[in-house]
Amino acid sequence: MAKLKKGYLALIMLFLYAPIFVLIAQSFNASRYRGHWTGFTWEWYGALFENEDILAALLNTLSIGVTAAVCATILALVTAIAMRRMDMRMRTLFNGVANIPLLNADIVTGISLMLLFLGLGLQLGYDTILLAHIVICLPYAMLCILPQVLGLDDVCYEAALDLGASPFYAFRKVVLPELRPGIMAALLLSFVMSADDFIVTYFTKGAGIDTLTTEIYAELKLGIHPEMYALSTLFFVAVAVLTVLLVVNYRVLRKYRGRRQEVRA
Amino acid sequence: MHNYALRRLFGVPFVIWGVLFVLLPLFFVLQQGLTDAEGAFSLATLGEALQWEYLKALGLSVGLALVSTVICLILGYPLCLILREHRQQNGLLIFLLFLLPLWMNSLLTTMAWQTILERHGVLNMLLGALSLPALNIVNTPAAIVIGMVYNFLPYMVLPLYVAIVKVDNSVIEAARDLGATHWQTLRYVLLPLTRAGIISGCTMVFIPALTTFVISALLGGNKVLLIGNIIEQEFTAAYDWQLGSALSMVLMVFIILNMIVEFFTSAQQRKEAV
Repeated sequence: MAKLKKGYLALIMLFLYAPIFVLIAQSFNASRYRGHWTGFTWEWYGALFENEDILAALLNTLSIGVTAAVCATILALVTAIAMRRMDMRMRTLFNGVANIPLLNADIVTGISLMLLFLGLGLQLGYDTILLAHIVICLPYAMLCILPQVLGLDDVCYEAALDLGASPFYAFRKVVLPELRPGIMAALLLSFVMSADDFIVTYFTKGAGIDTLTTEIYAELKLGIHPEMYALSTLFFVAVAVLTVLLVVNYRVLRKYRGRRQEVRA
Repeated sequence: MHNYALRRLFGVPFVIWGVLFVLLPLFFVLQQGLTDAEGAFSLATLGEALQWEYLKALGLSVGLALVSTVICLILGYPLCLILREHRQQNGLLIFLLFLLPLWMNSLLTTMAWQTILERHGVLNMLLGALSLPALNIVNTPAAIVIGMVYNFLPYMVLPLYVAIVKVDNSVIEAARDLGATHWQTLRYVLLPLTRAGIISGCTMVFIPALTTFVISALLGGNKVLLIGNIIEQEFTAAYDWQLGSALSMVLMVFIILNMIVEFFTSAQQRKEAV
């Protein structure tokens, strides 16, 4: 039984990682053509830093992702604080509206936002992508922040007020540190959602601007530049290293805590 | 406290945001779908959207999305049960290993599936090395299902995992002590207790699978048209926004049905919890 379970996990992992191995292999493939191995090369990693299209798209993805994540998180935080004081009916209504972009299909969200922006007379471009990304990030930010804010105890905040802190100071020094895990999760998840989004970006971007995903889609017809594989390999390795560090850090922390508990006992 | 009244004002930005960027856009879709070229109310476009050709694509989309959802559930449930057993020791590591592929761009991974599945691709090379007959998967519905399962499996696993971890160990042990087989424990204890997670996972997979146009474009080679592909073409190639909007409205019927199912299961669960 245990062998069967291990085998099952291994099969699932193979399924999940097979395309990633293929992508990494392609980043070292001397041939420009996909699925045609002609030898090993580092060439695409050098070429990556000279490919202005990809670098511009990368810059757009990063700046839109960070801005959208920050805006969505702030809006989610402010809204969650307001929702603490609401009755059940209002809260359900707010939650329902907030979750529409999450439950709706991306293609419908993308089309509806495009129709809105054009209906309002906006020029499709960087700003419309940014607005659209805040729309799709907001439900994820709410998902991370709302439970924490609703579970917050007022006592410490009120104690700070009684001790003479201004509401803003008390919020910054008492409430924010307590919400930090939720806020971090909201920022991270929003950024990932924004950076990986293709469909909504595709419909709300104008001509002449691309994020990484729309750049990839445009390249698909003519064959993807191998530099793109190099970029995603670099990115993947960076995330993998961070993950390993996180796990190691967590293990050390747990061991340390365990030992401290033993000492106390 | 005076600042409690002030806090209500904190809801104002969201109200403005929700009306402007969540509700108004949907109204624009309805308006496009329900008017004719002159802008007068008409059901003609909606009627056009319900013709046989489009209904066929919709039927195919629903079928493939259902198959993908069932496969995700069948793959995901045992996975979550195994992850549940491991959560004490290596759970975090396995879970992170599972989430890591999500960081790879999904367009590129879907593209990589084409490299794996195509006629002279990686899979057929391996099969050839084992002197097995080659498979012709790419540009068939099977390839699209593989792409959907790959892309949406995490959406199934996350809600399922949350639900399965919540099940108390003692409940399972009690069932086993009372003589239930593995299968009976699954059928009469685990499945009912994790029903909300199952439904939530299924809706999370079904909707993106139903409405995708990217996976079918990459792995179907324009031979398999899904409803998403038709809508995309109406907007980006044919420039018939009204027909595109009317087709989106047909899709929204499925989305609303899904929301209702979600709402009722979560309401029922809350009632049971009380």
